[in-house]
Amino acid sequence: MLSVSDLSCIRGERRLFSGLGFDLAPGEWLHVQGENGSGKTTLLRALVGLSPPAEGEIIWRGEPTHRLGEDYRREMLYLGHHGAVKEELTPLENLKLAAALDGRSLDDREAMAALHRFGLKGREELPVRFLSAGQKRRVLLARLVTRNAVLWVLDEPFTALDVKAVDMLSALIGEHLADGGLAVLTSHQPMPIPGGKVARL
Amino acid sequence: MSAFLAIIRRDLLLAMRRKSEVLTALFFFIIVVSLFPLGIGPEPQLLKKIAPGILWVAALLSTMLSLNRLFATDHADGTLEQLVLSPTPLGLLVAGKIVAHWLTSGLPLVLLAPVLGVQFDLDASALGILVGALLLGTPLLSLIGAIGAALTLGVRGGGVLLSLLVLPLYVPALIFGAGAVEAHISGLGATGHLSLLAALLALAAFFAPWATTAALRVSLE
Repeated sequence: MLSVSDLSCIRGERRLFSGLGFDLAPGEWLHVQGENGSGKTTLLRALVGLSPPAEGEIIWRGEPTHRLGEDYRREMLYLGHHGAVKEELTPLENLKLAAALDGRSLDDREAMAALHRFGLKGREELPVRFLSAGQKRRVLLARLVTRNAVLWVLDEPFTALDVKAVDMLSALIGEHLADGGLAVLTSHQPMPIPGGKVARL
Repeated sequence: MSAFLAIIRRDLLLAMRRKSEVLTALFFFIIVVSLFPLGIGPEPQLLKKIAPGILWVAALLSTMLSLNRLFATDHADGTLEQLVLSPTPLGLLVAGKIVAHWLTSGLPLVLLAPVLGVQFDLDASALGILVGALLLGTPLLSLIGAIGAALTLGVRGGGVLLSLLVLPLYVPALIFGAGAVEAHISGLGATGHLSLLAALLALAAFFAPWATTAALRVSLE
């Protein structure tokens, strides 16, 4: 479903990687590994279309992603290592507005359920700036539940999460894969999710 | 369309939670405009002559103050990336952000201008023309400014660069906007100036969101 061939990325003067290729079928996930500065984030940004690769093609359902445009972005969710939540808004507002900007309507019940799943019960109406780093991360990750994307592209999703949240997120990714979803993750830790492919940069 | 309204609602909500930023630009406008009559002294003829120019220059500078944060905060916290990757066309979201910017920084100036204009001994009909010109001109300032804000996004010292880039482009708005009130006072009629201002606005409303979108994509790469 997602097929990448002969990808190379250049950052400034430096060639980060070249000739990278992989195929992902529904239910499969890719673990992108590599040292700091080896180009993991650059690879993910190229995959989602934020910075076009120097060479190579990214094919989604048989079509190059840059030609699919909105159709690709509707099925794809990228969560980078930025917070990407508004500090002044509450978790509930953040989640509902993020959905509205994507052109989806999200009712309170669904949004609450997603936040509760991420252990934010009782914090729904508190401005995000009063939350801890791990809780902010959970607010962002709650979008995984509400967005209904097929391809998840997650940059260091386990950063700042406690043991319980790591287990919960792993279970969530497992469910997503079992439902025929795809995932591309970067992480320095060994991943507690079975059946992944590995790309070393 | 719902995404367009959602981004306006989001930016207005954020402006309400961060009132100080909006109020700073507004107080700047009030203070600059109010200092001139105090500095120049009670000469009604002179004040009347310089009033449109001062109000317009203050409006330009006040808009400049608020332009920096149009995309910068979204860029810093990563929400801009999410907007770019949203299935909603980026042009629509950018247009929404520009509308929200005008509602928080342009519209208050339009509403305040007649009150401040009284200090310059402008009569009711001249104040009416002033409000009309600002109503056409301030959206133009937001639209042109958005292109500059997108181009200077993430650049160190972007604030200075933004002024250098945008202020020259504001000159037509300044000339026709201030000219409309002057023409009315001198009895020539303001229709010509206002029509040109409206034409500029139509042109910018069409091109600016598109140009801003292109500039944002380049800045984010």
